Amino acid sequence: MSARSIRGLAAATLAAALTVGAAACSNPDSGAAGKNGEGESAVVGIAYEPESLSPLLGYGKDGNAKIFDGLLALDRGMNLKPALAAALPRISEDRLTYTYKLRQGVKFSDGKPFGAKDVVFTYRTILDKKTNNASKSELDAIKDVRATGEDTVVFTLKYPYAPFAERTVLPIVPEHVVAGQDVNTGPFTTKPIGTGPYVLTGWSKGEKISLKANPHYWGGEPKVKKFTMAIIKDDDVRATRLRAGDLDGAILPPNLAKGFKGDGAKKTYAATTYDYRTVTLPTHNKVAGDTAIRRALDVAVDRQTMVDKILEGAGKPAYGPVPTGSEWFTQGTERPHDLARAKKILDDAGWKPGKNGIREKNGVRAAFPLWYLAGDKLRQEHALAYASDAKKAGIAVTTQAGTWEVIEPRMKDDAVLAGGGAPADPDFDQYLLLTSSFGGDGFNNMARYDNPAVDAALAEGRKSGDKTVRKAAYDTVQRELVKNPGYTFLTHIDHLYVVADRWDGLTTQVEPHDHGLASGPWWNVEDWTPKQ
Amino acid sequence: MARMAGRRALFAAPVLLVVTFGVFAVAAASPFDPVKAYTGTAGLTATQENLDQIRANLGVDQPLVTRWWNWLMSALQGDLGNSSVLRRPVAEVVGERIGWSALLAVTAFAVAILLGTALGVLAARRRGGWLDRCVSSAAYTLEAAPAFWLGLLAIWFFALELGVLPAGGLTDTASDVVTFGQVATHLVLPAAVLGISQLPWFFLYVRQGVADALDEDPVRGARARGLGEPTVLLGHALRSGMLPMLTLIGSRVPELITGALLVETVFSWPGIAAATVQAATSVDFPLLAALTVLATAAVLAGNLLSDVLYGLADPRVGFDG
Repeated sequence: MSARSIRGLAAATLAAALTVGAAACSNPDSGAAGKNGEGESAVVGIAYEPESLSPLLGYGKDGNAKIFDGLLALDRGMNLKPALAAALPRISEDRLTYTYKLRQGVKFSDGKPFGAKDVVFTYRTILDKKTNNASKSELDAIKDVRATGEDTVVFTLKYPYAPFAERTVLPIVPEHVVAGQDVNTGPFTTKPIGTGPYVLTGWSKGEKISLKANPHYWGGEPKVKKFTMAIIKDDDVRATRLRAGDLDGAILPPNLAKGFKGDGAKKTYAATTYDYRTVTLPTHNKVAGDTAIRRALDVAVDRQTMVDKILEGAGKPAYGPVPTGSEWFTQGTERPHDLARAKKILDDAGWKPGKNGIREKNGVRAAFPLWYLAGDKLRQEHALAYASDAKKAGIAVTTQAGTWEVIEPRMKDDAVLAGGGAPADPDFDQYLLLTSSFGGDGFNNMARYDNPAVDAALAEGRKSGDKTVRKAAYDTVQRELVKNPGYTFLTHIDHLYVVADRWDGLTTQVEPHDHGLASGPWWNVEDWTPKQ
Repeated sequence: MARMAGRRALFAAPVLLVVTFGVFAVAAASPFDPVKAYTGTAGLTATQENLDQIRANLGVDQPLVTRWWNWLMSALQGDLGNSSVLRRPVAEVVGERIGWSALLAVTAFAVAILLGTALGVLAARRRGGWLDRCVSSAAYTLEAAPAFWLGLLAIWFFALELGVLPAGGLTDTASDVVTFGQVATHLVLPAAVLGISQLPWFFLYVRQGVADALDEDPVRGARARGLGEPTVLLGHALRSGMLPMLTLIGSRVPELITGALLVETVFSWPGIAAATVQAATSVDFPLLAALTVLATAAVLAGNLLSDVLYGLADPRVGFDG
């Protein structure tokens, strides 16, 4: 840049500054906003925005909907507790009928009473073909839902489904508002009305969701009167705005959360999760479908190093969809990093080192491509680490970045670095991830894993109402995954949140894969109390 | 003049038809899947049967021509359809956002024209002087600078380094009432960036126009008659120097729209352009088509405007036909 153009640039900047200054001066009242002196309002930065705020289209289906309540809710330990229902459901002997008694005197935020007809309307509408709800298959077990009296709702199931009660954390909508609207595009999708602790005051798509406390909430008016969720996709911008005081809290990746360690006014919360990163090993791929290759990869990967280096310690090695800390985890199925054993498995199976150290068997090179979602740094780093560990055992994994549009048609034959995880019940993840009949069904069972022993155990696990029987079934699944891994599970990722230290009562739940509005220390913002 | 406007309006109809069909065709050929965009993360665990049902509900399983024809027919009856990504009627989405976009564009245009003209006249008066040299080189630099880059630079400097202006949005994050003061401060950066990115063209045209006019006989004559400098400069030189700029005003409209597209996205300004980006990446046909019609209409109107202005300013030009 010549001196001339630098002078020019300086002049332009000056001109801009003058314009800016002139405009700013004319609004003396605008400078004070942005800071919340008291603990009565909270602004948090989140990375994901819901597509819609209508529960009928899938919003809040896993609970914590803020604006809405479900029949039941999950407490901090992920145990069910009554919400709009007065008590946990009464389950019939054959486990096909669930009866819910409803809480009395609950009102929607528009002042109209809540009743059994609203529950029936909510479930029937979601199950309707015309409703564009992508999660409706989660309610497949329902045969019928009806009201028997003003305050009782009865669900009849097609087959016994153990985690059915966990599904009823789904938010209830008011029939008197929604009936008569277009469910998919009506005003309710952006101006929801519910029974929840908060009332929506504004939703500027792509920018923020603003809530204010519901003074007539049946559980008592929340102490945090105003709660705003700013949608900021970029991690760095979120961290900067948190530092600048524009935000009171935010979800941050490990490396950025580290920067707030020395900040005495902010606290970091690490939520343990079911959020796993895994490599799908497609059954139809000649190399990845081979059991010896799968087992070798399973012990060749150095999970602990991934946790230490990629996650900066905020996570745990994963050996299956169930995290090692969970009560559903099968002790003894941990596979420590053991390169020598990986090599021996491959040698024994006839995969002999060939050119450049890459193994071969019957003319087939031990090589396959691994796709990851472009732009997702965490997945990219996992994929690269996986490829490098595989290379040491003599398996050539080529990493490639793409969008889902590019990856989806290749999922049958190519490996993908996938993520997932739902904590409320072991059935939620595993049934769709591992059942052979879901092979290639959308994004379910991407690896097309096919193991009759696993199929049987998963069916058993969802049917039985007895926890010991269920535990035994999921133990079988985890042991089968050691013998024939259809996926290489790598890590379970802790979600990190940095929040201003101005409230008491902050905790985190065990979190699922997608960290939407419901996750984070604000899962129960209605219970926070300002610090004195 | 009325005949010209009428003829242009007749001509606009086929242009709009072709453009909307083009939008549908390009969107259909894109690798993006509208169902995936619609369902978001939930789509990743949905069953194929469920996804197929949603595809049918949204009507995106129909062939391209059918879809376009259906859209066109209902649009002609005043029904612009429903935006799949924002889950609301398109008319509502547009109605809610167009005001903010217009505010941004008009402010930016005013900044560009007023500042451009003022600087242009000053620079032309002392050609080769320090002001002329500074502003001219800045103008050439700015011409090459993309608006979104300027936007990021402005956010970095004014919002992050100095902390004097908000980095984005229509109001402060914590506030949910739209007040004049809030909007005014939040408008400063995007409007300044968009305006300044348009400024070089106006500046350079005015500078050249006024400089040429200053050398012409009428102006020299005016000077010789002893008229004051301001009168000569503004009354004579600027008047004839403004002519090319009038054409420019119309022809800058498309640039203003594309510029606004990026600026709105950078500053999370809740205008129409931000919705356009969202509509395009989610293959939201009804919203995309409506917004394209709007943009095309704005461009056609811009061209008409510049021709009318030119015809009015210089009677020798006349109107075509």
